[in-house]
Amino acid sequence: MTPFTYARASDVPDAVRLASLEATKYLGGGTNLVDLMRETIERPEALVDVTGLSAAIEDHQGGLLIGAAARNTALAEHRMVRETYPVLARAILSGASAQVRNMATVGGNLLQRTRCAYFYDPEGSRCNKRSPGEGCDAVGGFNRMHAILGASSACIATHPSDMCVALAALDALIHVQGPAGERTVALTDLHRLPADRPDLDSTLEPGELITAVALPSLPTGAHSTYRKVRDRASYAFALVSVGAVLAVEDGIITDVRIALGGVAHKPWRASTAEAALRGRQATPENFRAAAEAELLDAQPLRDNGFKVPLAIRTITATLGELTGENA
Amino acid sequence: MNLLDQAKQAVQGMAQAVMTKAVALAPDSWVPGGQPDPLMHSKHGLIGAPVSRLDGPLKVTGKAAFAAEFPLPDMVYAALAYSTIAKGRIRSLDIARAEKAPGVVLVMTHHNAPRLQPPPLFLSEEKAAAGDNLPVMQDDRIHWNGQPIALILAGTQEQADHAASLIRATYIEEDAQISIAAARAEGTTQSQFMGQPLHNESGDAEAALAEAPFKVDATYTTPRHNHNPIELHAVTLFWQGGVLRVHDAQQLVTHSAFTLSRVFDIPEEKVIITSPYVGGGFGSKSLWQHHILAAAAARMAGRPVRLMLSREGVYRIVGGRSPTEQRVALGATADGKLTALIHSGLTVKTPHNAMPEPFILPTRSAYAADNILLDVRHVELDMLGNTFMRAPGEAVGTFALESAMDELAEKLGMDPIELRLRNEPEKDPTSGLPFSARHIAQAWRTGAERFGWHRRKPVPGTVREGEWLVGMGCATATYPYYRMPGGAARLTLTSDGHVTVDVAVHEMGMGTATVQSQVTAERLGLSIDMIRFNYGDSTLPGLIMAGGSQQTAATGASILAAYDALKKELVALAGNSSPLAGLKPDEVGSRDAGLCKLDEPDRYDSYAAILGRARREEVRVEASPPPPLETMHWSMHSHGAMFCEARVNIVTGEPRISRFLGSFDCGRILNPKTAASQFRGGIIMGLGLALMEETQFDERKGRIMNANLADYHVPVHLDVPEIDVIWTDIPDPHTPMGARGVGEIGITGTGAAVANAIYNATGKRIRDLPITLDKLL
Amino acid sequence: MPIIINGAAVSLPDDPRVSLLDLLREYLHLAGTKMGCNQGACGACTVLVDGERIISCLALAVQYEGRAITTVEGLATGGDLHPLQRAFIEHDGFQCGYCTPGQICSAIGMAAELERGLPSHVTADLLLDEILASREELAERMSGNLCRCGAHNGIMDAIAATFIHTETSRSTGPDSAEAAA
Repeated sequence: MTPFTYARASDVPDAVRLASLEATKYLGGGTNLVDLMRETIERPEALVDVTGLSAAIEDHQGGLLIGAAARNTALAEHRMVRETYPVLARAILSGASAQVRNMATVGGNLLQRTRCAYFYDPEGSRCNKRSPGEGCDAVGGFNRMHAILGASSACIATHPSDMCVALAALDALIHVQGPAGERTVALTDLHRLPADRPDLDSTLEPGELITAVALPSLPTGAHSTYRKVRDRASYAFALVSVGAVLAVEDGIITDVRIALGGVAHKPWRASTAEAALRGRQATPENFRAAAEAELLDAQPLRDNGFKVPLAIRTITATLGELTGENA
Repeated sequence: MNLLDQAKQAVQGMAQAVMTKAVALAPDSWVPGGQPDPLMHSKHGLIGAPVSRLDGPLKVTGKAAFAAEFPLPDMVYAALAYSTIAKGRIRSLDIARAEKAPGVVLVMTHHNAPRLQPPPLFLSEEKAAAGDNLPVMQDDRIHWNGQPIALILAGTQEQADHAASLIRATYIEEDAQISIAAARAEGTTQSQFMGQPLHNESGDAEAALAEAPFKVDATYTTPRHNHNPIELHAVTLFWQGGVLRVHDAQQLVTHSAFTLSRVFDIPEEKVIITSPYVGGGFGSKSLWQHHILAAAAARMAGRPVRLMLSREGVYRIVGGRSPTEQRVALGATADGKLTALIHSGLTVKTPHNAMPEPFILPTRSAYAADNILLDVRHVELDMLGNTFMRAPGEAVGTFALESAMDELAEKLGMDPIELRLRNEPEKDPTSGLPFSARHIAQAWRTGAERFGWHRRKPVPGTVREGEWLVGMGCATATYPYYRMPGGAARLTLTSDGHVTVDVAVHEMGMGTATVQSQVTAERLGLSIDMIRFNYGDSTLPGLIMAGGSQQTAATGASILAAYDALKKELVALAGNSSPLAGLKPDEVGSRDAGLCKLDEPDRYDSYAAILGRARREEVRVEASPPPPLETMHWSMHSHGAMFCEARVNIVTGEPRISRFLGSFDCGRILNPKTAASQFRGGIIMGLGLALMEETQFDERKGRIMNANLADYHVPVHLDVPEIDVIWTDIPDPHTPMGARGVGEIGITGTGAAVANAIYNATGKRIRDLPITLDKLL
Repeated sequence: MPIIINGAAVSLPDDPRVSLLDLLREYLHLAGTKMGCNQGACGACTVLVDGERIISCLALAVQYEGRAITTVEGLATGGDLHPLQRAFIEHDGFQCGYCTPGQICSAIGMAAELERGLPSHVTADLLLDEILASREELAERMSGNLCRCGAHNGIMDAIAATFIHTETSRSTGPDSAEAAA
């Protein structure tokens, strides 16, 4: 780990001020950043600890406003999240381990970096995300975990967060404050596709701090859930995951939002599938056809072709579950 | 291996063959184990008692000190930098920034490392322990991707790690042989294991296969594996007056002390290794480069050194299990009698070690078949030396063999248990030796009944519960009885009736001290609290590795030998006034803290009385058991009948194990509590092998890409069902205590039981491990 | 402000790179907390912070100023083992013993989470106030603690015997694994 200075922010302006130096990073629970620093993938010269900032989870315009310092566990445990946004509670609870969830903050989770094995091998492998322009060893290597949607020749990494998939499905808004002031950005616009700049994970400007996440209210009658498929029963990253919100009236889909994890450089909002379903009958056949439409543009690699049928099946089954009586 | 080594191995093999024949034909009574150990019949004492681990309180309070937990004054911390190419030379090594980094005490590279002898390779001589025999940091040559190229010493671990990250190397790369396919195209080599070719042939198996009315002929593949003990490999060591003292995580203390003494060219007694607690080993905690590098750096710096490998470091410099590609071809008559049994294939090793994964070992004694062909060939790659991992050979060999048996059973329309029982051999099918004890049929019967095997639907894919297809599968587990030469133990009996056992064995979780204290107490007629068991120290007697599931037998035989010596000494000391007067040592045994005539227990004299009359404070004896000729006289193997219930999700293909039963025939079980844990532990590692474990070796660069516990999956709690284990408890009349080892058998057969259950659930036959969901979609 | 380790105030290291794990093991010589990966992937370094379980390897010590840390060395009181420590011995919830302190600390934190009604990935109904502590619930909640010796069954038995009073453990523990002969 490269030496760094450490400071604790007392409030948001203080944090933004402390972070005005180059090579400063905001520090949340540390579960990703400290690991990356130990691997020398991240080499900040200064850390600004923002875990003391707002961790409140409050009612907000019919929805919720979540302080970015809220711990993952606290968010999953919150009564309204469990009642109104089960997709979010389930996504969080399927991620990492209980210990990690107790440490990890919501803000930190949003900015998790990929778990691509070649990204994680700074000594021995080439990676455009780490060192722009040097090449990507994942493309011709082990890429079972990698992206099938929206990847580029420069980068095939996936976004590892479960929580973000749920937030994408929930149309969450991210509150950001930086040297230039405050702004909000849709969760679906926070993360980027790699294109030719895979070194940029997000659209945040230098020095910008995520301060809160706003969840809008859901339409009446909407049900939601999260399904994660992985190689072992727990404590593993998703091969494919599906976060879905579905409202059905008299057998007709009135609202549907689907987001996929484990398939792309960002939480993948399945807008093609959604468009195919809105106003249609909620039947397994329609679910499947919509899922297939969504995956039509998938570009599988050497090892991850299975993700295409897996995603189609998981989307279909998850939507089916939401139309069941217990959903 | 060079020509000289090959010649040596061949001569060794020939001499061994002659010896083997003579011992096979000798009368039973000439052979160790010819007289059953009386302790094997002990029914109501400490043998077979579920004694809780004696070191339990230390382990649950965190007070058991592991290798990296000895703080020493003035100690410095080490970190390593590793090569990123597979073969070539170091062109330049820029250490300037590292040397200037805060806290750095030493940067050691091939430029300034002391001159060292290459370590003797494990099995190349009696006490050798090294994973390969490459010179360590002696020149600019790179032999594998991940080879250490520099070592840093610094005041704190943080400083050492940072400095290591500042080292920059450039290389002159050479063409490396890192692709199995490319190496195979250039030819394969007949593999040798422990001096003998991995080849057996009787009859004409290919011809018999061609003629067989029912046959299976398939290829099974298994990937690389890593042991992944949770304790990272570590040493804390220092030089003191020319003596190297090592706190180690070690399953071969004596071998490793010898090996280090060779490397540093000092007398053997100048290296002392202690290793009282080992945080898991499974074959990996032998001697690797970190020992040598840390000791060399400590000598250069003149300070104690702590080197705890990072998790990535363990993958870079501690070898794992090699991949295999195995063909199993079975020919059978309509009534299920095997006429042809072929098990052959390919594995990989390096030019610098002697460990081709010997996957035919379980097949040698498995089934009666008139025509048998067994063969292992290998190619050599430029990679880190592969090594022994829990049940080397058997773990992956049984996956292929027992999957094929399941496939054959289906072709025959026969119950897979019945097929196995119909091919039970009367004597060892390849060696011709009689079995010392083989009660596999009983293990199958009791296991099948307890598991509810009769409820299995023979037609695959017919049982469904919700989203899950459910199936049952079974397989035979097997692991040999070994006892390696070199055992010895010291017993010290004091006038207050306490006994101290000194023997250089190891505790990696097997319950060594607990079980051997039980055995010693029972043998000497003492309560267990009268025994002090000293182990994990290279200065103690005995050359007994924790490997090959032989530690219990080898230690038991050593203590038995010492006990015979003790009896002799005590009978001599007893004198004419003793009730034992006139008796020969072999006429007496122990009870109630004393000796008595075996068939006349009232002729009794207490240890205290004997020592008191002789005015002795203590009696100390040390003895070695006879060489392990019993394994050349009998075919000695443990067995198990493994039963698995697997579930496969119809949506996602996710495989999960919902029930597992192991029914074992491993001789006398000395401690059912610790033995059950050993069985379960092996089975759980077998579930990992079956479903998720794979070391990803990128053949473009020869580099392991999942060198961490997030990407190399081992089973977590939610993957592990309640595992039922039962056993026959029938003593083997030819082993110490009637026991055979239990540490490795659990991982054998498990992979096939899982694969067979998944086939029964889904109708999908997966012949390529691990069975991940993508193969089941 | 110091950091409180097992009730004792300890000053923070000067180097902010020092993890809570290294503070414990290398600076305070409290080596009961184990390092198994230093990457947050094994759980061997689990400790309790104000009663909540975390992994200490990815925790920078400076972040825990003023917090109360309990390690495995702080569980026994007055020479008596914690009931869970006793249960681990009784049910053979370990072999090599290296993951054991992490398993024990994790289970204590887990029991508190269960008690207050925190759901898990396998909880069917997110809205129940009281969660049935099934074997599956316990196993999911403990899945952040790897064990390579394969003591999983014994660990579950020890946890169930210590914390779960309403549901009897269904496991065939070592003592009930009777011989089939």
